[in-house]
Amino acid sequence: MLRKNRAADIEKVLAKYPTKRSAVMPLLNLAQEEYGFCSPEAIREVAAICDLDPTEVKSVVGFYTMFYEEKVGTNVIDVCDDLPCALRGADGFVAHCERKLGIKAGETTPDGKITFHSVMCVAACNRAPVAQVNGAYHYDLTPESFDQMVDELQK
Amino acid sequence: MTGMEKHLLLRDLDVPNIRELDVYMANDGYAAWKKAVTSMKGEEVLAAVKDSGLRGRGGAGFPAGLKWSFIPKDVFPKYVVVNGDESEPGTFKDHQLVRNNPHQVIEGTALCAYAIGSNLAYIYLRGEFSEPGKELEKALADAYANGLLGSNLMGTGYSLDIRVHYGAGAYICGEESALLESLEGRIGQPRLKPPFPATNGLYNKPTVINNVETLANVPWIILNGAAWYRQFGTEKSSGVKLFSVSGHVKNPGNYELPLGKHSIQELLDMAGGSSSGRPIKAVLPAGSSSPIIPAANFGAKLDYESMAGIGSVLGSCSFIFMDDSVDMVWAARKMIRFFKHESCGKCTPCREGTYWALKIYDKILSGEGTLADVDMIAEVNKQIIGKCFCPVGEFATSSMTFTLKHFKQDYIDFIEKKKGGTPEYRAELARDTHGHHAQAAH
Amino acid sequence: MADLINLTIDGFPVGVPKGTLIVDAAKRIGNDIPVFCYHPKLKPVGMCRMCLVEIGTPKVDPATKQIVKDDKGNVVIAWQPKLNTGCTTPVSEGMAVRTKTQVVTDAREDMLEFLLTSHPLDCPVCDKGGECPLQNLTLAHGPGVSRFDYADKQHNDKHVPLGELIFLDRERCIQCSRCVRFQDEIADDHVLQFHDRGRGMEIVTFSDPGFDSYFGGNTTDICPVGALTTADFRFKARPWELKSTQSVCGHSAVGCNTSLNTRLNTSTGTAEIKRVMPRQNEQVNEIWLCDKGRFVHHYTRAAERITRPLIRKDGKLQEATWESALQLISDKLNTVPGLRVAGVIGDRVANEDAWLIKRFLTEVVKSPYVAASPALPSAYADIARANGLGIDADFKQLGKGDVIVIVNGDLEEQAPVWFLRLRQAVVDRGAKLIVAHHRSTKMHRYAQVIARYQPGLAAQWVASKPAELQGLKDARNVVIVFGDDTLGPPNARALADGLAAVLHEAGQFGKSNSGLLPLYPHGNTQGVCDVIGAGAHAPTADVAWLVGVGDAADAPKAGFTIVSELLMTDLAKSADVVLPALSAAERDGTLTSGDRRVQRFYRALPPLGEARPDWWAAQEIAKRMGAAWAYSDAAAVFADLAAHVGSYAGLTYAGLAKVEAQWPPVGRDDLYYGGTVYDNSGGVGARTSQGNGPSDSPAPAEPTMEALTRPQPALYRSGELIRLSDVIGRRLV
Repeated sequence: MLRKNRAADIEKVLAKYPTKRSAVMPLLNLAQEEYGFCSPEAIREVAAICDLDPTEVKSVVGFYTMFYEEKVGTNVIDVCDDLPCALRGADGFVAHCERKLGIKAGETTPDGKITFHSVMCVAACNRAPVAQVNGAYHYDLTPESFDQMVDELQK
Repeated sequence: MTGMEKHLLLRDLDVPNIRELDVYMANDGYAAWKKAVTSMKGEEVLAAVKDSGLRGRGGAGFPAGLKWSFIPKDVFPKYVVVNGDESEPGTFKDHQLVRNNPHQVIEGTALCAYAIGSNLAYIYLRGEFSEPGKELEKALADAYANGLLGSNLMGTGYSLDIRVHYGAGAYICGEESALLESLEGRIGQPRLKPPFPATNGLYNKPTVINNVETLANVPWIILNGAAWYRQFGTEKSSGVKLFSVSGHVKNPGNYELPLGKHSIQELLDMAGGSSSGRPIKAVLPAGSSSPIIPAANFGAKLDYESMAGIGSVLGSCSFIFMDDSVDMVWAARKMIRFFKHESCGKCTPCREGTYWALKIYDKILSGEGTLADVDMIAEVNKQIIGKCFCPVGEFATSSMTFTLKHFKQDYIDFIEKKKGGTPEYRAELARDTHGHHAQAAH
Repeated sequence: MADLINLTIDGFPVGVPKGTLIVDAAKRIGNDIPVFCYHPKLKPVGMCRMCLVEIGTPKVDPATKQIVKDDKGNVVIAWQPKLNTGCTTPVSEGMAVRTKTQVVTDAREDMLEFLLTSHPLDCPVCDKGGECPLQNLTLAHGPGVSRFDYADKQHNDKHVPLGELIFLDRERCIQCSRCVRFQDEIADDHVLQFHDRGRGMEIVTFSDPGFDSYFGGNTTDICPVGALTTADFRFKARPWELKSTQSVCGHSAVGCNTSLNTRLNTSTGTAEIKRVMPRQNEQVNEIWLCDKGRFVHHYTRAAERITRPLIRKDGKLQEATWESALQLISDKLNTVPGLRVAGVIGDRVANEDAWLIKRFLTEVVKSPYVAASPALPSAYADIARANGLGIDADFKQLGKGDVIVIVNGDLEEQAPVWFLRLRQAVVDRGAKLIVAHHRSTKMHRYAQVIARYQPGLAAQWVASKPAELQGLKDARNVVIVFGDDTLGPPNARALADGLAAVLHEAGQFGKSNSGLLPLYPHGNTQGVCDVIGAGAHAPTADVAWLVGVGDAADAPKAGFTIVSELLMTDLAKSADVVLPALSAAERDGTLTSGDRRVQRFYRALPPLGEARPDWWAAQEIAKRMGAAWAYSDAAAVFADLAAHVGSYAGLTYAGLAKVEAQWPPVGRDDLYYGGTVYDNSGGVGARTSQGNGPSDSPAPAEPTMEALTRPQPALYRSGELIRLSDVIGRRLV
């Protein structure tokens, strides 16, 4: 699937490195774009492309937090609740997010639209509370702006 | 506000759209690069950086030119790897550079490669930087399109490729050998040293690894000379440095200052002082991994030596200010939670010690702690110190060692005045137990 | 020794070769620095932090670059500010190490307390209990109590099958990565890795089908806790209940040294093998075993074993006494003059059996027809012997400057432990590898030079003086491994002869570490061929005696057939007399490996039923036919063999039982394994001499359809014994 659908991207990734193994992480990102998470199938495909054993790829998936081993929602919202953000109200903000979404951090809304994570530092401590929505930064959030954002996503 | 007329690094504050190639070039951009490639030898570039006294801005402060000089001349290929895994809580300076001044990062990287005779550099950005990374990737594409990167540059026969590689969420990859493992497609566990990256780095070849900010200084050094650069800062801590200021301040953000000229208090003042109006109680000068500094020591100057003088570090210069509403038991727990989450698991003391320590903090926060638990934190901490495989495990101990050293009373009060077990603490603990953090990576 | 480095450890001076790690240097003087992640067979990683010691080096004056001395003229030591790992730090001249100071003993307590916070402490029900490094080192170095709140213990899965053979207990695992590193560094099957990180880090496999490696069992040996156990042995016995008997694996030509761990089975009333463990022999298998050798043992107590002699009566095989069977055979052989008698000896039987049966047939029956089975390897075993490795050859010495050539063989499938060792010579020590085959093998991964030819044309390829085999003159040593895949006897012989010529032409013959290394099908092919010598095969006979030949297709058609076997093979079912044989576990004897090492095995179990050694049957028949034979035991038979078979001259049972100190020491009180099974007390064996070579120069022949269509060699191929093992029986291909 991956090799069929993303052949050009795969070639581009492989061309970046002197070894195929180095392509594992970028290829997992491609796979995650394609499948929504690092599915067993995706892991085996990436292993085959990189001439690795699937166990080696699984290990990489398991080590890094941004590779998902379970299916996630259409949108992933990561809110930092590390110390600097917490000094700017991130703990209360995360509690609000959970209430708004009706799920706990680490869960996905029943409609499959949003997965919510509380995460460690995302290097934007000066503008907390901060969220990354599908990788894009959203700064200086308030309960109101968060609710608005979520309503948009759930439309 | 910065005490300087113009920024050397945060140029986006002075020059709108400097992220664009034409704007950058209209403002001396790539002049150093052209000068180096067309009129200087690699050794001359290296010598200039050595003479400039530039020290690594990632945290350790190792002299950059000296590091470059360790690269053997006769081994090929050799690599430059730029550390943009900025993950220390409180640090967001590289974020701004990559997003808003990407060409200067590229130019610095290129000069480093030229200095050591490398033809391939990787910029390793933390996975969360996909958005700022797009700016860097666009800048790279523009640089290639304008003949600033690629093969046979400026007709000299010298070729250079710079590529971006993204991490995927792991603090440990800021440690240089773990970063190399990650770049090679492995889990980010640090390597045994020696051998060091200078001889056995990426793909076991000679490799210079420098922080994003470190390299962003280099174009100025080459363009204006080492002596010019040395006008900023002090004898031992030369140049300018970015300070990420966060926490309880009115104007959090990045501040660019010459090293050694200002005190912590002045930095706090530049950031507008306390945001709550309450007195500032303490600051973490280099994020979670640094020894906390009580307000009484805010007179210390911002350079490597002065910070060491007050028992702390300059490190990555991420100043997290905390007012007197902050309970240091809670703050320390936040930091231990971070290290427990980010421990790579390779060595016993970091893996087991952070797990154990967090259990004790959780017990205290839940209201079930005793004074014996406070002693136990000190014991577990002592068991970790000096025994870890890499600095991360040692970093983890800072939060315990120095909150206990400077704010032991917070711990005692927490127990004796039964501050634990509040609904807020319970909610926080529950989230960490059941939420994303509890499962570490999955 | 110019490269000897001198240092002191706790004040004791020690001199060790350059590059030695502190933990190994300490071991030389009996100082066991505790370790968990370190294993002398694996690259150091410094993960567990158990071996932290104080390290100092002579203080150097920065101005004069001279070593600083105190008033009394003693070298001043500059101690490192922090403890450092002895397992990752190589020694240096003048180094000083402290291993018994308070900081060091504190650090050991600290690390053990940490490791035990995650450990279930279920020693009473743990298979490793009694031979467990974690248990032993906790007793020696651990804190008396743990301050960790047991309620905070992390609970993990306890019975995770990683594959069909190996189970993982995730609570017991201490994340030392020995298993991961064994699979990565030694077996090169990357089927075990860490997953997650921090305290969540655990061993996983995501391979298909799971932890699938020919060497998986070794991970359970080197696991310093009870995290990895074999499906075969887990919950079967406690180590201290087991009797350990030194043996030799007869299931490939490698001749791995083993310990048979036996215990009484109270329901059957007889002792049985509970597990087969590697026995250290650095010359042969180091401390490794392949999974076939480890798990195939179940045939020794299989219900299918023949336990009493059988005689065909009224068209059916019926149980009989030895007396009646022996009498029937001797009558048959005595009474009819001019009888054509053929003996076929399988290449799995011991040297002693082969020798006495051969003597019986040639001297008592006076038949010229004695042959080895299968016939194929006997076509070239004489060439392999005469051009084999030197008598003191050592795989460990192969490395940079040496060339390993593999022609027409699949090292991993046919001689798994040689695969490990020769792979390391290439990958770790820089030997050059040339592989020639008509198909791909795992060794192709490491080859610098690869040659291909059509199936069946290996000998022709060698005869064509291919470019790939030129330039061997400059090599320090040349080892040529070869197999008989798709070859018939003439071409297998032509291949061996051609490769011998390559060796001689390159001027490599006669060096210790140069020579041919044949990939024989079984554990005593060389021995049986040595003993029989130039045999003669009879396609038909009046009487045939088939000894341990399994279901050999080329067994002679005979009017009266005697079969000596462990199991009721098809040949046994159609025989006229069946004699119950003994497995190697039930008797003494010797086997000769493919590299001509003669090694003793010892009786570990009582005989099953009335089964007897084949040599004993031969002697009993001979006596009934008038021979005055009185060999009292296997040793006496071997002495006779050594007196008559030239290349065995000088070998004795006592000599073969000689032991040598093994380095690194593994087993007994050792840190790397807390039990006795690794200990080599049964002897390291000795190589036979090469003897005289044949003088013919056979030319390659046309390939035959029979040879071309023969199944290719595979570890789990010949299934008579394997299928009786639950754990590996299902892996038959």
